[in-house]
Amino acid sequence: MYSEKVMDHFMNPRNVGEIENASGVGTVGNAKCGDIMRIFLDIDEEGIIRDVKFKTFGCGAAVATSSMATELVKGKSIQEAMQITNKAVMDALDGLPSVKVHCSLLAEEAIHAALWDYATKNGIVIEGLEQPKSDISEHEEDEEY
Amino acid sequence: MKKPIYLDNAATTAARPEVIEAMLPYFGELYGNPSTVYSLGASSKQAEENARGIIAGTLGTDPKNIYFTAGGSESDNWAIKATAEAYATKGKHIITSKIEHHAVLHTCEYLEKQGYEVTYLDVDENGTIRLEELEAAIRPDTVLITIMYANNEIGTIQPVAEIGRIAKAHGVLFHTDAVQAYGQVPIDVDAQNIDMLSASGHKLNGPKGIGFLYIRKGLKLRSFIHGGAQERKRRAGTENVPGIVGMGKAAEIAAKTMQERTDTERALRDHLIGRVLAEIPYARLNGHPQNRLPNNANFCFRFIEGESLLMLLDMAGICGSSGSACTSGSLDPSHVLLAIGLPHEIAHGSLRLTLSHETTKEEIDYTVDQLKMIVEKLRSMSPLYEDFVKHGK
Repeated sequence: MYSEKVMDHFMNPRNVGEIENASGVGTVGNAKCGDIMRIFLDIDEEGIIRDVKFKTFGCGAAVATSSMATELVKGKSIQEAMQITNKAVMDALDGLPSVKVHCSLLAEEAIHAALWDYATKNGIVIEGLEQPKSDISEHEEDEEY
Repeated sequence: MKKPIYLDNAATTAARPEVIEAMLPYFGELYGNPSTVYSLGASSKQAEENARGIIAGTLGTDPKNIYFTAGGSESDNWAIKATAEAYATKGKHIITSKIEHHAVLHTCEYLEKQGYEVTYLDVDENGTIRLEELEAAIRPDTVLITIMYANNEIGTIQPVAEIGRIAKAHGVLFHTDAVQAYGQVPIDVDAQNIDMLSASGHKLNGPKGIGFLYIRKGLKLRSFIHGGAQERKRRAGTENVPGIVGMGKAAEIAAKTMQERTDTERALRDHLIGRVLAEIPYARLNGHPQNRLPNNANFCFRFIEGESLLMLLDMAGICGSSGSACTSGSLDPSHVLLAIGLPHEIAHGSLRLTLSHETTKEEIDYTVDQLKMIVEKLRSMSPLYEDFVKHGK
């Protein structure tokens, strides 16, 4: 069902964890759908992503796309990170089953959400970045179990 | 590949060596068509009737009431659609439950599109229907009650004899999907007032592609597969003789070994449940604590997701399931777990382990040891667990 690369990133996920006092944190997805991704970014004065960590609740593809997305943005500038699409994440993983494509979208959104948090905290505008639409906190207010 | 620890016997089972041995001649030298007049065909016919007799004996009924089909789903489809059609002049209302197998649920949904009305009964937190709700749901136009004998995911056994009594008292037919229960618990179709019962071969160490529908004598159920005169003109098509022979053998062994086998499985299963609940925090058992299939355990582990859990178990050489195998293509958590009142995020973290007569204590202990490490690993990378630890939510 999954490619070898997906299995590798699922079994040995890169950059799992948290960053204390992160420059930006983004959480997307919701537990109802079974996927939540949280990405922590450490961005220096030059706007370079020095470090990145993630935590994910979800299926094998959700873990693998989170892991791959963190690998792709690490060491990149903010503008370079903005260029990383869900397709780039999927390609880097040698593809995903069609029912799991949404996981790669979530990974892209998680990066954007963390960048949005960074931009908001620092009062800057990142070209092409829009407010993330699927932040977990919004869902929690919307849905009562 | 090393032989896996197979704890997914509710999905399917390995055919017993005796079953395979009994079947083999009917692929080879005894290939005759049972409908023919020469002796080669007669030996097939005889083998088929022998199997029918064994199965009828396990249910306390006459062999004439057993109709072989291609499996549980066909039996469910036949029972429900044919009853709906045959009794449409009496009414077009069917009662079922929210936790049925999709073979029943999707058949009912199909009938709804054809103008039938279906009541889907709720279940309590253990997955048992409420008899007073069943009785209250019966209307003058109700023609069928179809409630599963035991649930495929959480193992809960329904009060079948009471359902049968209520159905009979109201003059409504009662069908039960016994695909998971047949061979695991004693069934008596007369004592329990069961009018129709579906079963499948591959759930009781028999072959795949064979099942049967028991139909009480006198019910005016029409043929579902039209064609030749096989199965007393009610199910056309040259019989799956090897399958029928295999199912008969499997049913015979299942009945003969039932008491001892299920006692052993139940003890091992209780050991599994005991260890998991004692050693893994934030775990819960789904399904009825006592009234459940002897080989079924179903858990939810908070803060983690089932597919990841299954993949890591697979890496450790353990086969389990999260929800039913049929559910895995969809992204929604199991309808059964939602029906017993679990919120979505907890339902996503479910694990079903179902034992067989071959399961050993060593396998169970290894599984629990692995499970502890896997659950811990997945929680360490779960944002839900992080929030729970930091904020208590």
